[in-house]
Amino acid sequence: MKYIRKSLVTLSALSVVAIGSSVVIAADYDKPSISAKTMADALHLVMDSDRTIYTRKIVNRLVKKEKVIKASEHFEDEKALVLPAQMFRFGSELVAKRAEKLDDVNFSYSLQSLWPINKQNAPKTDAEKTGLKYIAENKGKNYYTEETLGGKTYFTAVYADTAVAPVCVSCHNDHKDTPKRDFKIGDVMGGVVIRIPMDG
Amino acid sequence: MPEQANASKNSLMWLWIVLTLLLIAGFAYYMFEANDKTVFMPGPMTSGHHQIELACDTCHTDSFTSADQFQKACLDCHGDVRKKPFDSHPASKFKDPRNADLLASINALQCISCHQEHQPAMTTANGLTQPVDFCIHCHKDIGEERASHQGMEFATCNNSGCHNFHNNRALYTDFLVRHLDKPVVAEKPVLPAKEFADRLEELIDYPVDKYPITPLLVSQADAPRVDQLNSEVQRDWLETGHASSGVNCTACHEVPVKGEDHLEWTDYPGYANCKQCHQLEVNRFQLGKHGMKQSAGLPPLQVSEARLPMKEDSLHKQLDCGSCHQPHRFDVQEAAVESCLTCHNDQHSQSYKDSPHYNLWQLESNGQGKPGTGVSCASCHMPRVDFDINDWMSRVMVDHNQNANLSPNEKMIRSSCLHCHGLSFTLDSLADSELIKNNFNGRPTVHIESMEMARRDLLRAQEEAAQAAEK
Repeated sequence: MKYIRKSLVTLSALSVVAIGSSVVIAADYDKPSISAKTMADALHLVMDSDRTIYTRKIVNRLVKKEKVIKASEHFEDEKALVLPAQMFRFGSELVAKRAEKLDDVNFSYSLQSLWPINKQNAPKTDAEKTGLKYIAENKGKNYYTEETLGGKTYFTAVYADTAVAPVCVSCHNDHKDTPKRDFKIGDVMGGVVIRIPMDG
Repeated sequence: MPEQANASKNSLMWLWIVLTLLLIAGFAYYMFEANDKTVFMPGPMTSGHHQIELACDTCHTDSFTSADQFQKACLDCHGDVRKKPFDSHPASKFKDPRNADLLASINALQCISCHQEHQPAMTTANGLTQPVDFCIHCHKDIGEERASHQGMEFATCNNSGCHNFHNNRALYTDFLVRHLDKPVVAEKPVLPAKEFADRLEELIDYPVDKYPITPLLVSQADAPRVDQLNSEVQRDWLETGHASSGVNCTACHEVPVKGEDHLEWTDYPGYANCKQCHQLEVNRFQLGKHGMKQSAGLPPLQVSEARLPMKEDSLHKQLDCGSCHQPHRFDVQEAAVESCLTCHNDQHSQSYKDSPHYNLWQLESNGQGKPGTGVSCASCHMPRVDFDINDWMSRVMVDHNQNANLSPNEKMIRSSCLHCHGLSFTLDSLADSELIKNNFNGRPTVHIESMEMARRDLLRAQEEAAQAAEK
């Protein structure tokens, strides 16, 4: 009886240690270890790479080189490819919708420009205005700041969005609503704004 | 004397207590027991919702319904059209923190910000309870952004042929540009054809295992006492898509036995079984004015409850599938015109048979017109549309939710009018209330400027592009 009790005590002690250590192990990858800036940089790297691939290998190839299909803002009505900027925005909207169900995942992003075709994509907040101007004037540099919107504080990062393919330039220069018609390849055409809440 | 005064005081107090208790009991009865709780309604409901005023809990899902709960209730019925491309102001647009300042002026994330119920004094067309110039909150700089809009009043944004806050699909500038200079009547005016029967096998929800798609003969009819079957019923069944698609008598006439797990034949099965094969049509029917009471758990709509003028001798009728689709025959020609006119009695309905549309309908019906060239009531109010049945597939079906194509009437431009008419003529016609009353018998007498504005915008852009190219 005494032996059984002793074994039970040992077993319980071992279980506590085991459970505790598993918590410790989980905590290793679960504890906050990257800064908001690093997270934004990593997110941007993924967004920008996907965006570049879609623009080069799908839109530019099929529209400009092989000339088999159009890309259009009204892709459904015109049976055309989704524009790269729309592809980006649809992704951002889906992220926002999916993130609503994830307690720990909270960020938003958008594509904006000082020369927007759709005026709703012009910078609105002070951080956006300063950031977009900064990345346009300081090629290769990103802009990081904090801002308060609707009573919440955000870390806001702005990254340059550059014309990577001939199709970027031709579409923007020729669009009927464009406020700028002299873009060249390599120009900063706008910026990606990523926001991460600072207060949880 | 003082004793008498006290006694009368006492009886008054008792009277007050009894009356108060009676009042409380009365309220409690209405609150918890009575089906009709309209006594608590703060005001009459909009024509969109009046049918479900007896089902308070459709919207008031909790004792103290929160804004989020109200929003969920709105989306339970209206959610499918609150997304792109059917909504140009979907919630996703406003959830971005960068739009927080816009939400402070008008909370576009909540339907009730613009559509409050029980407020008839402040409600305008389409249940709008914001002042009609509400666009100003977010688009105050439109005059600077678009030269064509300079000097326009914000109260006119919503005018016929200009903008719809939600469904702007037939009014956006590039759409207008694409439809410039189109004739009044298209070169080949034709409406979409039926395709359900041809696609049964590829439709995931169709019970093809239960009803293999093999035409049935009269000898295969599986009704009990089949030898006593009325010859008209037999003929009707044989001539319809049901017999030719392998749908036998028991498919509709066998219903579940309460509390048991087997089916039993009934001569009057109702319409519960329609859903087996026509689920989408039934779902859409229950979202529209004809079927919304059923989706709220209420008895079917009785014609007398309608707010539109209805025919006297139809007021007792109730609406379900069979009201328009007569059992066994299920004649879709009849359902598209005569069924509607059995009840509807407003000026627009009364004028239909004098209209060019009806003339075309008659020509098609008697074989003189090509298929798809006749225009019935359903062609405009329950058109055949290419409907997304899930994220990956669509099928052409009759949209039984007549609300989807009703108001504002620009909603019917793409699904109906443009199959046969040019956009400019369509915009003018839909803005002409007299022409609508006489069911489009004649030409529009009003003109909408939108097309000219789009043309000027196009020319301006072309000029700018040419100047840029010169540089």
